[in-house]
Amino acid sequence: MTARERIAGNVANYVDERTGAAAWLKKNLNKVFPDHWSFMLGEIALYSFIILLLSGTFLTFWFDPSMRHVVYEGSYQPLKDVEMSAAYASTLHISFDVRGGLLMRQIHHWAALIFVAAIVVHLLRVFFTGAFRKPREFNWILGVALLTLAIVEGFLGYSLPDDLLSGTGIRIAHAIIQSIPVVGTYLSFFAFGGAFPGEVFIPRIYIVHVLLLPGIFLALITVHLMLVWYQKHTQYPGPGRTEKNVVGYPLMPVYMAKAGGFFFIVFGITAFLGAVASINPLWLYGPYTPGQISAGSQPDWYMGWLDGLVRMSPPLETYLFGKTISWNILIPGLIIPGIIFTGMALYPFIESWITGDKREHHLLDRPRNVPNRTALGAMSLTFMVIAMINGGNDIIATHFDLTINQIMWFSRIGIIVLPPLAFVITKRICLSLQRKDRELVLHGRETGRLVMLPHGEFIEVHEELSPAKKFALTQHEQPAAIELVKEDARGVLNPKGIRAKIQARLSSANAENIAKPTAAEVKELESGHH
Amino acid sequence: MKFISKYRKHRFARPLLLLFSLCALGFTFSVATAAPSSNSMAADARSTLIEEGQQIFLKGCSSCHGLNAEGAGVGPSLIGVGAASVDFQVATGRMPMQDMSQQAMRKAPVYDEEEVAALAAYVASLAPGPRAYTNEEIKWERDGNTAEGGELFRNNCAMCHNFAGQGGALTQGKYAPTVMGVEPRHIYEAMITGPQAMPVFSDKTITPAEKLSIIKWIKSAESEPSLGGAPLGRVGPVTEGLLVWTLGLGLLIGIAVWLTAKSR
Ligand code: HEC
Ligand code: HEC
Ligand code: HEM
Repeated sequence: MTARERIAGNVANYVDERTGAAAWLKKNLNKVFPDHWSFMLGEIALYSFIILLLSGTFLTFWFDPSMRHVVYEGSYQPLKDVEMSAAYASTLHISFDVRGGLLMRQIHHWAALIFVAAIVVHLLRVFFTGAFRKPREFNWILGVALLTLAIVEGFLGYSLPDDLLSGTGIRIAHAIIQSIPVVGTYLSFFAFGGAFPGEVFIPRIYIVHVLLLPGIFLALITVHLMLVWYQKHTQYPGPGRTEKNVVGYPLMPVYMAKAGGFFFIVFGITAFLGAVASINPLWLYGPYTPGQISAGSQPDWYMGWLDGLVRMSPPLETYLFGKTISWNILIPGLIIPGIIFTGMALYPFIESWITGDKREHHLLDRPRNVPNRTALGAMSLTFMVIAMINGGNDIIATHFDLTINQIMWFSRIGIIVLPPLAFVITKRICLSLQRKDRELVLHGRETGRLVMLPHGEFIEVHEELSPAKKFALTQHEQPAAIELVKEDARGVLNPKGIRAKIQARLSSANAENIAKPTAAEVKELESGHH
Repeated sequence: MKFISKYRKHRFARPLLLLFSLCALGFTFSVATAAPSSNSMAADARSTLIEEGQQIFLKGCSSCHGLNAEGAGVGPSLIGVGAASVDFQVATGRMPMQDMSQQAMRKAPVYDEEEVAALAAYVASLAPGPRAYTNEEIKWERDGNTAEGGELFRNNCAMCHNFAGQGGALTQGKYAPTVMGVEPRHIYEAMITGPQAMPVFSDKTITPAEKLSIIKWIKSAESEPSLGGAPLGRVGPVTEGLLVWTLGLGLLIGIAVWLTAKSR
């Protein structure tokens, strides 16, 4: 043992004797994390958040969040001597006069788009595999909160530079705030410190964007990950994987090495995008002046569905008690998003109410085995995608030789007709996949090899599945519908009344499945083969 | 279809045009020898140009615009639209209109510069209207101011033509085309004539000097290299979002699959 090692050992001992750190570390670093690509989606979100913190900090060194008027004197000639806000001028300064500034700006913005996109695919993974079920409902709600905050954070971010595009976005946000009945006008006065656009809005959202929300993110993400830690990660079903264990790699060193490497990959791809693809070229947009507006003004993608909903709503206003209520903004701008996000947050509870399933689940579902949930997911996605298409209606119109009106009517009708259609189709697809699984288990895989039997008949050779595969295809349970209890044995009417009826109806829809092969059926076939 | 209709026009137009110009030449000659004053020679050249224009008009345009350009069922009256409008419409290939779609599209011009000048002279002779310009007359490089032009463009044009002049959709299938790559004289004429859904920008709303600034800004935007990398069509966040969902997430998820596949 060298002197240096001895000293290190002594220090470690000293700390351990007083904190018990060694035992804690040993217990936790040996924790096992299962390995599947879909479990890395949350990590992409986490890493892009870190990239956002780093690149964002760089930008704060030069960004001046002020609506003070200045005359631009920087090196971008087409805007020379133009009057603009200090916020916009300093963003131009970062882009053209700070070394690496434009690259950092682009990395920051690409990372923001990737961040929200990664959150969405992560959410979809959690949803379609049923990872939100007990005991992870709270983590799901945290997730919904994180998604909401991420959207707000992104919006505030691209509103900061005070260019023509971001000003247009703030203008719409202002209109949405104002559309809130009774308090709208007051709220907008409060947020903007007076009339639009005022002088205080950008300094205010700056603090929210760089301090308040990132702080909340850090806190919530920590809790989110601690919950994953304590509740342990879910896993896909397979031989040896039960509701009681976790099969995977120890956190240290295998998982840490992989995760660390993955961070650099995410960073690399974000930096690559930042280096080769232009994003938010705001010097082209010019400074924001109320009254100016550009064709093709669009929000970033994660706000696109909101914009699309606002664009497709017919002009509806009512005049009530001397006040105008603009339903055409209120409904798509606040009420529908409110319903969507509340529904999403409550979904784990809604589902467990429908299935009557209050047990813990640590094994994930294969989406096809829960047709109703999968179909619901497809339905919601269809809704969002149509809204988003309408958000880009002008760009789509010019690039695909369509008219805005055609796209508008397509989305107005489509958003009502297509989601239910997606539900029905997805459910059918799930059921036929279940049927295929059943066939596979009972009759094996088609090999495509034809064999001629002695009496001249051709048959295709079916290869029996491995036991592991069979297990994976049959391990799930299939729910039974909740029986509707009209009255109990003594003739007392069910006090839940209509609620019980709804529950029974939904639960019977949920229980629609292709019966999986029973153990007896499998046995019988196997003995038949031999 | 386009090709056929174009071809037919050419086949009929060429010999007839030749015949006509020969006649015109002969006519000019006889008149010129009769009265050799330079002043009236210029006037005569003008009137032949006008007549030449009328002939082209009768063949190529009158079916829609009426025999005397007074307007027919399809096309509007051209009386008083001036040479500027004709130069813009015909030299950018919009006229003669080919299919009666939402709006006349820019395409390869059917007539050469001289024929356009003749048509313009003919229409201008019907009633006074804004005159046509040549590119040399428009001294945007010398007299324009890029930054001022940018502000004017954002104030007056961006709502239809997009902040970067890339064009945008209007209602009912109409659209404002991109202004990139348009000849200076046509930009100028577009502003003074207001083709189709575009408003007229008179010299009171935007002075001639300011018009030169706008042209200078358009030209500078046209030649500006894409500073941040691939420009993605310069149409704003829609293409950025598409890139994130395809290339960005595609790569990331692909790598995640690859990383975890190795272990199995
Ligand atoms: C197929 C029918 C058609 C033909 C052929 C046609 N035009 Fe037109 N033209 C139109 C229509 C329709 C409009 C008005 C709508 C528009 O501007 O798109 C128009 C508009 C115009 C205008 C703009 C009028 C204004 O208010 O400024 C000019 C100038 C013009 N045409 C010139 C011509 C000339 C010159 C020709 C022959 C070379 C021609 N057109 C051939 C249909 C036609
Ligand atoms: C109300 C919307 C609108 C506004 C505002 C507007 N334009 Fe246009 N512009 C159009 C439309 C529509 C066309 C297509 C006309 C056609 O095809 O005949 C057009 C055509 C043009 C063209 C011809 C492009 C080509 O492909 O040949 C130019 C140049 C042009 N505009 C410049 C301007 C300038 C400069 C301004 C501001 C001073 C401006 N426009 C303002 C709608 C607009
Ligand atoms: C800031 C955004 C987010 C970050 C950084 C983040 C990060 C993570 C990480 C790293 C994991 C573990 C690995 C994995 O399963 O992918 C995880 C798990 C989880 N996340 Fe998120 N997440 C975010 C948003 C969300 C959202 C929007 C939801 C859903 C509404 C959500 C719900 C969950 C759940 C339920 C788990 C446990 C999954 C399981 O054990 O199978 N998260 N999160």
